Amino acid sequence: MAGESNGAAGFGSSIRRREDPELITGRAKYTDDLQLAGMVYCTILRSDYAHAGINSIDTSEAEALDGVLGVYTAKDIEASGVPGGVPVGWLLPGLKTPEHYMLAKDTTRYVGDGVAIVVAEDQYTAHDALELIYVDYEPRDGVADPKKATADGAPLVHDDAPNNIAFDWEIGDKESTDAAFANAAHVASLDIVNNRLIPNAMEPRAALADYNNITGELVLYMTTQNPHIHRLLMSLASLGLPEHKIRVIAPEVGGGFGSKIHHYADEAIASWASMQVGRPVKWTATRTETYITDAHGRDHVTHGEMAIDADGRFIGLRVDTYAAMGAYLSTFAPAVPTYLYGTLMSGEYDLPAIYCHVYGVFTHTVPVDAYRGAGRPEATFIVERLVDEAARVTGLDPAEIRRRNFISPDAFPYQTQVALAYDSGNYIGALDKALEAIGYDDFRKEQAAAREQGKYLGLGLSTYIEACGLAPSAVVGSLGAQAGQWESAVVRVHATGKVTVYSGCSGHGQGHETTFAQIVASALGVPYDDIDVVEGDTGSMPHGWGTYGSRSAATGGSAIASAAEKVVDKARTIAAHLLEAAEEDIEFEDGNFFVKGSPDQSQSLPDVALQAYLAHNLPKGIEPALEATSFYDPANFVYPFGTHIAIVEVCSQTGNVTLQRYLAVDDVGNVINPMIVDGQVHGGIAQGIGQSLYETAVYDEGANLLSGTMLDYAVPKAHFMPSFETDRTVTPCPHNPLGVKGVGEAGSIASPAAVVNAVVDALSPFGVTHIDMPVTSEKVWNAMK
Amino acid sequence: MGISIELEVNGASVSEEVEPRLLLAHLLREELGLTGTKIGCDTSQCGSCTILLDGQAVKSCTVLAVQADGSEITTIEGLANGEYHPMQQAFWDNHGLQCGFCTPGMIISCVDLLSTNPQPSEDEIRHGLEGNLCRCTGYHNIVRAVQTAAETMNG
Ligand code: FES
Ligand code: FES
Repeated sequence: MAGESNGAAGFGSSIRRREDPELITGRAKYTDDLQLAGMVYCTILRSDYAHAGINSIDTSEAEALDGVLGVYTAKDIEASGVPGGVPVGWLLPGLKTPEHYMLAKDTTRYVGDGVAIVVAEDQYTAHDALELIYVDYEPRDGVADPKKATADGAPLVHDDAPNNIAFDWEIGDKESTDAAFANAAHVASLDIVNNRLIPNAMEPRAALADYNNITGELVLYMTTQNPHIHRLLMSLASLGLPEHKIRVIAPEVGGGFGSKIHHYADEAIASWASMQVGRPVKWTATRTETYITDAHGRDHVTHGEMAIDADGRFIGLRVDTYAAMGAYLSTFAPAVPTYLYGTLMSGEYDLPAIYCHVYGVFTHTVPVDAYRGAGRPEATFIVERLVDEAARVTGLDPAEIRRRNFISPDAFPYQTQVALAYDSGNYIGALDKALEAIGYDDFRKEQAAAREQGKYLGLGLSTYIEACGLAPSAVVGSLGAQAGQWESAVVRVHATGKVTVYSGCSGHGQGHETTFAQIVASALGVPYDDIDVVEGDTGSMPHGWGTYGSRSAATGGSAIASAAEKVVDKARTIAAHLLEAAEEDIEFEDGNFFVKGSPDQSQSLPDVALQAYLAHNLPKGIEPALEATSFYDPANFVYPFGTHIAIVEVCSQTGNVTLQRYLAVDDVGNVINPMIVDGQVHGGIAQGIGQSLYETAVYDEGANLLSGTMLDYAVPKAHFMPSFETDRTVTPCPHNPLGVKGVGEAGSIASPAAVVNAVVDALSPFGVTHIDMPVTSEKVWNAMK
Repeated sequence: MGISIELEVNGASVSEEVEPRLLLAHLLREELGLTGTKIGCDTSQCGSCTILLDGQAVKSCTVLAVQADGSEITTIEGLANGEYHPMQQAFWDNHGLQCGFCTPGMIISCVDLLSTNPQPSEDEIRHGLEGNLCRCTGYHNIVRAVQTAAETMNG
């Protein structure tokens, strides 16, 4: 039952994942599976009020409970002298950055805001003790809707942010865009709510903190997509421990979708608690707790308009958005509805004038931050809905209006009006492939015939682009990132020719151990099974920025490719020396170095590695050992694109929407492992279908979360989904060594628009022009009336 | 105030003194170290904690340890018998998992599904997995895995 031998499992092979044997047998260890000697448990009391003053907190009964080691409030954290902060890592001009402390001091600002901490010998006692803490709250009014929150007189989340405005941001050119609208033959216009989502990674967040009060070192096992970012923020903002005294380890991590990027208070609290009691402390969120602490996604209120000329060409796009930030600014929150959103407004179209204005708005809700796609699904939804609405107002076919407005394949590199320079693309290629696969013309006939019989079918197109592979560091720095976005890799060839690869990415389901080994197998000509990949431990690898933003293949993979190239270069020098030939005359093929024209006299990479380690006979100036480190900073974003098509049937009696087919043609550049890429596409599509048909976080007028448990929030089940049809076109990325783009988010970016466009198409006989997500039976039924 | 219980877990006899309120999921994970069984929710929705109790799939977060007294339990750790169970093999072969967190419970539920319906249609598979959530795969390859396992097990 051990692993399997795969000699030739290089780049491009659909080899099965080496991660799986441990996962399918229950052997893999996630954070909550770990136990340390002397371990105790921590729980966190959370505000039941969206907005309340804290008059007093009585912890005496909880402290008296058998098995309780300590009960702490913000005052105790302050008294300990640690910085105690939970900072935002992306700054915009004029951004309001109100204090965010590890626990609420005198005011709670959302249901879920931390108020007190219990540490106890066992987890049942730790939960019992929460019930014995008495908080004297003074309830105040709250507000959850991002647009209403900006009204004069709305309850303020932070006194120093008038009208709850965190930032006021724009991109594009207002004047030229207004002029385009003044000259338009047609205008398509929509009001769109992009529904708030709860991430629901299946593994709840958890932390196991082990502070050694003799050495002053903290080892923190946690559910993270980016251990180094967590170490940095723990050190600088929360705990004040020196960076080199903190080791963050990501054990097996059970999905993230963005929710495990962010630096929350909770993992810092577990660490601080360990510093207080001098024992390892474990905190594991209950699912209900994840609903009120994991950063939510989306939550926009938008008005969008497209100006179209008499020939059906787009001449201007104008977008005005209120984007919820929640009660505090989460780690990358300000970037999501700005640089990951406004910059995508050109879509796949040659749009000469664009203007996008965004208010970031504080609300009395869980903070909002990156969730699978992060800004790009919201932008794509607006653009692709407006394109369909433009087709309607001009009377053009939705495929035809797209064709007419696509950036043509020979126009690359293409500079958009909203900062991005698209490096490559062939949008018509993907559209044609998808239309043919779905049988577009036949469908239109079938749809017409079905309508005659009172059956409502609809087809929705989503021709999307995304910018991912985050990102050129200087560019994101100039836009406000307080982080670099390069990636690191170490390729270490051991004396026996076996290889260990260290990556600064941190996978949590993406299969990096498999795909990164495939990259190295091809680059070094070493058998796949001789290569191990290690991630997720700040103690064993150089700084890295982690896994999110569909960046791991494009930045992490490229870093690995560059490090492997350096290894080959050094090995070539040594091989030339051993073969007594000039370096220029040495060829490298399938793991062997030989003099051009005489392949029988060769040195294999393992031969060279052994000599490199023995160092008995190295060329002058060459250091022993055989390994290389690379810090790869990409030259540009990468730009995956494609066409997704949904076909739905809407029941005219009940309003029920059935997804009959879902087809995706994606272009993610060169593909390292087709099976894994398809899996990423499936998962992304499912999350987008979830958003469009089922999921939504509901707050009432007083900012209470009504969909606060897994019972009340529709995480899609197997029978909510059809089987997916997937295909690809391949336009390699021109600026990275592997020609790869990103795939993790494509599905969730493309699919909401495809589904809603299909529903609106089905309902066109009823004069319906838009329905907000999630498109429930009730909404559809009302729209048909 | 512990209560004595005896049960068989993955073929081994277990005797424990447990608090009456201890959940079976916690007994398995915390006391017996069988952490393959996961806990993904607190409302009996996700199915990550699914095990076989006397041959039937149950959510171990919804069973008290004392209720399992006298029963036979199989967790994911006990499913393979020197070789992977055909369902485990099918999940691997079909890329039926990504992060793997739902997988132990999912595999157990799929085994249970085929034991009651050895040749399910795609629709029956999807409805049969009503009690198990996966956030990563979109279920596409899980369905393929069950179909493959059904073929292997019937063949
Ligand atoms: S843990 Fe979710 S159903 Fe048992
Ligand atoms: S594989 Fe991650 S939840 Fe199913």
